[in-house]
Amino acid sequence: MDRKFKVWRGNKKSGEFISYSVAVEQGMVVLDAVHRIQTEHASDLAVRWNCKAGKCGSCSVEINGKPKLACMTRLNDYREDEEITIQPIKAFPIIKDLVADFSWNYEQNKRIQPLKIRARDKDGNHRMFQRDVERIQEFRKCIECFLCQDVCHVLRDHNKKDKFIGPRFMIRLASLEMHPLDEADRIPAIKEEFGAGMCNITRCCTDVCPEHIQITDNGIIPLKERVVDKYYDPVMWLYRKIFKRN
Amino acid sequence: MDFSDIQTVEHDVLVVGAGGAGIRAAVECAQNGLNTGMISKSLLGKAHTVMAEGGVAAAMGNVDSRDNWKIHFRDTMRGGKFLNQWRMAELHAKQAPERVRELEEWGAVFDRTENGLINQRNFGGHRYPRLAHVGDRTGLEILRTLQDFCIHKGIHTHMECTGLDLVLDNGRVAGLVGYWRETGRFILFKAKAVIFATGGGGKAWRITSNSWEYSGDGLGMAYRAGAELIDMEFTQFHPTGMVWPPSVRGILVTEGVRGDGGILKNSDGKRFMFDYIPKIFASETADTVEEANLWLSGDRDARRPPELLTRDVVARAIKAEVEAGRGSPNGGVFLDIASQQSAEFIKRKLPSMYHQFKELAVIDITEVPMEVGPTLHYFMGGIRVDSNSQETNIPGLFACGECAGGMHGANRLGGNSLSDLLVFGKLAGDGVTNYINNLSNKPQINNLKIKEIITSATDILNRDEGINPFVLHEKLQETMQKYVGIVRTGDELQLGLEKLEKIKEDVGRVYAHASPQYNPGWNEALDLKNLMVTAEAVTKAAFLREESRGAHTRLDFEGESEEGMKYNVVIRNTSSGMVAEKRHREEPPKELSDIAFATLSELEGESSGS
Repeated sequence: MDRKFKVWRGNKKSGEFISYSVAVEQGMVVLDAVHRIQTEHASDLAVRWNCKAGKCGSCSVEINGKPKLACMTRLNDYREDEEITIQPIKAFPIIKDLVADFSWNYEQNKRIQPLKIRARDKDGNHRMFQRDVERIQEFRKCIECFLCQDVCHVLRDHNKKDKFIGPRFMIRLASLEMHPLDEADRIPAIKEEFGAGMCNITRCCTDVCPEHIQITDNGIIPLKERVVDKYYDPVMWLYRKIFKRN
Repeated sequence: MDFSDIQTVEHDVLVVGAGGAGIRAAVECAQNGLNTGMISKSLLGKAHTVMAEGGVAAAMGNVDSRDNWKIHFRDTMRGGKFLNQWRMAELHAKQAPERVRELEEWGAVFDRTENGLINQRNFGGHRYPRLAHVGDRTGLEILRTLQDFCIHKGIHTHMECTGLDLVLDNGRVAGLVGYWRETGRFILFKAKAVIFATGGGGKAWRITSNSWEYSGDGLGMAYRAGAELIDMEFTQFHPTGMVWPPSVRGILVTEGVRGDGGILKNSDGKRFMFDYIPKIFASETADTVEEANLWLSGDRDARRPPELLTRDVVARAIKAEVEAGRGSPNGGVFLDIASQQSAEFIKRKLPSMYHQFKELAVIDITEVPMEVGPTLHYFMGGIRVDSNSQETNIPGLFACGECAGGMHGANRLGGNSLSDLLVFGKLAGDGVTNYINNLSNKPQINNLKIKEIITSATDILNRDEGINPFVLHEKLQETMQKYVGIVRTGDELQLGLEKLEKIKEDVGRVYAHASPQYNPGWNEALDLKNLMVTAEAVTKAAFLREESRGAHTRLDFEGESEEGMKYNVVIRNTSSGMVAEKRHREEPPKELSDIAFATLSELEGESSGS
């Protein structure tokens, strides 16, 4: 069976959608179709991919307008006669065809203070309990596909990349702040530099996460609460005022 | 083009590859005060290390205190059919626990025991629960930890930058020429030393768990520069890859499924692995379902189920069942954990397997068995290195991780690759530091060589017509799949070599149109050169080894030969082309052979670590 695809071709200056038709087989995913287009029609069609199993987060694109991993999106999720549109991630600049420039994200990660772990126990081990690590293990499932960054209104619609670090890095921060053995305090930075207040909890990031991480409820909201506790809790405010603690 | 105008960057050391081994090596170099550059074909954090699922092997003894480095070493040597480099296996077993603890220090969050220590799970060929893990996404945890750690170490990371070839000065490393994927422009790295951490070359086969990056770049570049390759005949077919749907054929199903109780059944519903227990493991393997079940329920005296035999044994057993007509509908066998564990347990311990099957095959593994079959997974062989320094026979060229050979011998145990890349990544960093500190004068760059490398790359774009690189790659994959598979014969290997010769000629005529900017056709064409070296090396080495040992099975030479233990096959680049030859193995150090051939009770209960 042949299927039709509309693929965005171009670079940062200009581009257009080009239609291709290729034969598809049972069980194929969108990335398979892109590869077939490369082999048969356009060997210079640029796309990022690696593991082809939803574990590396390389093949993020927008399929019929929805941010998805091309390797985990089955063709039979769409009607047989439907032309499938594939285009690059919108919230970041285009490099070529389906490839976007994610370098901003790599810069953000460098701004985050890394783990500051307390000293090991005398026997050379660290001790943590499963129930205590489970909630950060959820955040550490993140494959850095940046689909959450793509749909975040603050980054995508308002382009306030200078104000908000985005959902991916909010959960990176959460994984550090909630680490049982971490001794650093990132709450001031989360409030001032990383813009926790910018998120208005629409949960779009959670909806697109291929790892099903509860980004908003388990990550961002608890961080917002910690900011509130530190800066706006009247009891704490009074306490700090009296004892001149910061 | 004036080649003296090429973009030039200078580092003390350039690490090629940013998977686990590459980043660990770069971290060590940077911590030792070297100006360290690192290039990766993909973006940082996307390397194939993320596909390692089950865990990292280290004899910490957290779950069973009888474990120690000697038993890990013994397991590794036995798994490798005693063809491993003894000293590498020793260093690996001794240093793995500290490398794992160090990762925890850097942010890795492993699953915990009830006492709050790093939990360890059972795996094929490991006597005790030894694999530190995070569900079934251990590789991602390790890669992300290294990534997040390395960005604060002052390492110069160049992403989506691919190595083309080394530049030597009087036989020692002077630098490397590469290109940027985004612009297609060339770049010269001047470096006193280069570390290859480029992974294997599984993309030479059709059914493989490897991604496009696995094109044997390090093997090809090292070989062309004159470095020797070793043990190339030993290619690991992981017993359990997905077989359906066709487009995902080969994608890995972690051994953790069997480690956590999964069993293998044929179309008669028979648990067939009991029929395939080799003599060497008979005394340590359960021979009844009852005993296997006791082991799963935690009975310390019960022996291990036969599903956890080494990968070569299980892969061959699956192939035999399928060929005997007892396979599953799509040409595999059944891997069943649904009947062995609760849905809740499976979702907690094997979450990404659950999702992988749910989303790609529309199958719920908590209810029905998976269909699985062997998939090309890992290269035991690779660039020959010194066991202590990881230096190759080219001064200044080092290798670590999958692209280096010797550590695993004829077969690798699951979990020993993540520990390998940590242990030898660090040692390579130390080896380089030592090399650079003893370097008396700086190597000089030869402009002619740069011109040669660049011209060879741009020729592909400048032809008016030629062969489609994607189609040629498929042809190569079919050839290797057919003639250099799990079970080999001399005749087929010979025939395979003839086919490869033809493909090699075609590689010289590949053509990619359009500009070099982010051009997958051109990128593929460049990779083909290295895939060819890889494929030819594996086939020639496989032809030379006339016995069956570990992952290398010759139908025309059944069983291990006595002579086979006395040599390694070495591949060399000579004026008359690629040569495979037998290199005599030195006698093992007595203290190590005593451990490898000891009984378990002689080794149990000794203190762990080095």
